[in-house]
Amino acid sequence: MKVILDSGQIEQVLNELRDRILSETPVELDIAVIGIRSRGEVLAQRLSGQLSQKLGKDVPCGTLDITLYRDDLNSPNSTTQPLVRTTEIGFNVDDKIIILVDDVLYTGRSARAAMDALIDLGRPKAIRLAVLVDRAGREFPIQADYAGYKADTSPGKLVQVNLVESDGKDEVVIE
Amino acid sequence: MALKRKSKQFKWHRKHLLGLRELSAEEITYILDTAEGFEQISTRSVKKAPPLRGKVVVNLFFEDSTRTRNSFALAANRLSADIIEFTKKTSSVSKGESLLDTARNLEALGIDIVVVRHNAGGAPKFLSRNINACVVNAGDGFCEHPTQGLLDTYTIRKIKGSLEGLKIAIVGDIAHSRVARSDMWAMTKLGAEVIFVGPPTLMPPQVRQLPVKVSYSLDEVIEKVDVINMLRIQFERLGGNPFPSIREYSHYFGLTVERMKRAKSDILVMHPGPINRGLEIESEVADGRNSVILEQVTNGLAVRMAVMFLVNQAAAQQK
Repeated sequence: MKVILDSGQIEQVLNELRDRILSETPVELDIAVIGIRSRGEVLAQRLSGQLSQKLGKDVPCGTLDITLYRDDLNSPNSTTQPLVRTTEIGFNVDDKIIILVDDVLYTGRSARAAMDALIDLGRPKAIRLAVLVDRAGREFPIQADYAGYKADTSPGKLVQVNLVESDGKDEVVIE
Repeated sequence: MALKRKSKQFKWHRKHLLGLRELSAEEITYILDTAEGFEQISTRSVKKAPPLRGKVVVNLFFEDSTRTRNSFALAANRLSADIIEFTKKTSSVSKGESLLDTARNLEALGIDIVVVRHNAGGAPKFLSRNINACVVNAGDGFCEHPTQGLLDTYTIRKIKGSLEGLKIAIVGDIAHSRVARSDMWAMTKLGAEVIFVGPPTLMPPQVRQLPVKVSYSLDEVIEKVDVINMLRIQFERLGGNPFPSIREYSHYFGLTVERMKRAKSDILVMHPGPINRGLEIESEVADGRNSVILEQVTNGLAVRMAVMFLVNQAAAQQK
């Protein structure tokens, strides 16, 4: 097990993501943050808090459960059985710039599922993808707009993001 | 900020839902938790999600039904499945085809899930042993109506937070009610106390062996209960004269405005439908502020989506 980001570095990466989002999003546009369950949810809440503070206005935050949109639901090889959980988005996504947040971008399959799930909720003006860790190994033509730490991890490894809110401490490790 | 994590390490393995009697409390809770995730599909702009895309569901109904059949059909549609409607009157069953032949023929068309209602208890189980598709019981004889039991339980849990320690009266024609049985299994397994209320002639023969209390007087229990589920008198199934007159039944076992005055102020009034207004329940009560009858219908959709999703998942993993 190797720690690739400690809590100070996670904070630094999130600050950079926040600053780049702010510099690239025109202030007159409505912006909202949506996290993919479950680690993306935590990161989205942190990010929306920071964006709200900097912009001096409320940046709404929601949570997206992508289970029903996964492409391995009917695959006999999937080892885990996904639990369907709730999508909690208390605002209208129409015409907003949606910052879609996940902890790790790897194959790109979750991001694909998340986009399909989002589009069923309405028609955002744009969807931008922000991730804490950008891991090599894409299987779909998807890239992050705001990528934090870039990890060139070999396929057999597991990149695990732990966060205070869900796991007791902030840390990204490779196992 | 606490992350909500329920029934985390659990794995659902049943490709059929035949009844609630055989399910554990954990399995029931898992279905209810899963149903929560399906509720929002019905409230958003695109009321459809893709998990059963390319799957075929058949509604195989040998008994009349409006709400259950429609609810299953809409639930299947919302999960992007294709659905075949099959009713006894318009099919070859009226030409003498057996249940098994009918099901095998449907299976030859490539169906994945059979939703079956039959007047013979055990018919869904029989089917599940003889065909490969997933079988979901939509009511068999006087045995079970598991999705109704689940949606009733879901509705109570959603409002009361938990079933633990609640007193729940199920009132009326218990003998002919598969709803009463499925409710009883689900609710007692989740920690509620269930009381069957009705005249002795409408109690099932072995009622004392069931995990319930029995009362022959609604007036005796009305003040004590947190939930009251009023059953319809199933005239189509009644033999003989279980009570002297409808008026007398209504007088002793009807949920009237007068009786409601003695009930807890936050009592939940439920009814599986269809209602005989003025018989088992007065209109003012059925439409009153304690009534959750329409919420039951809405929740039924989410519960049926969850059930079809789960049995299909189990089938996919057993391939």
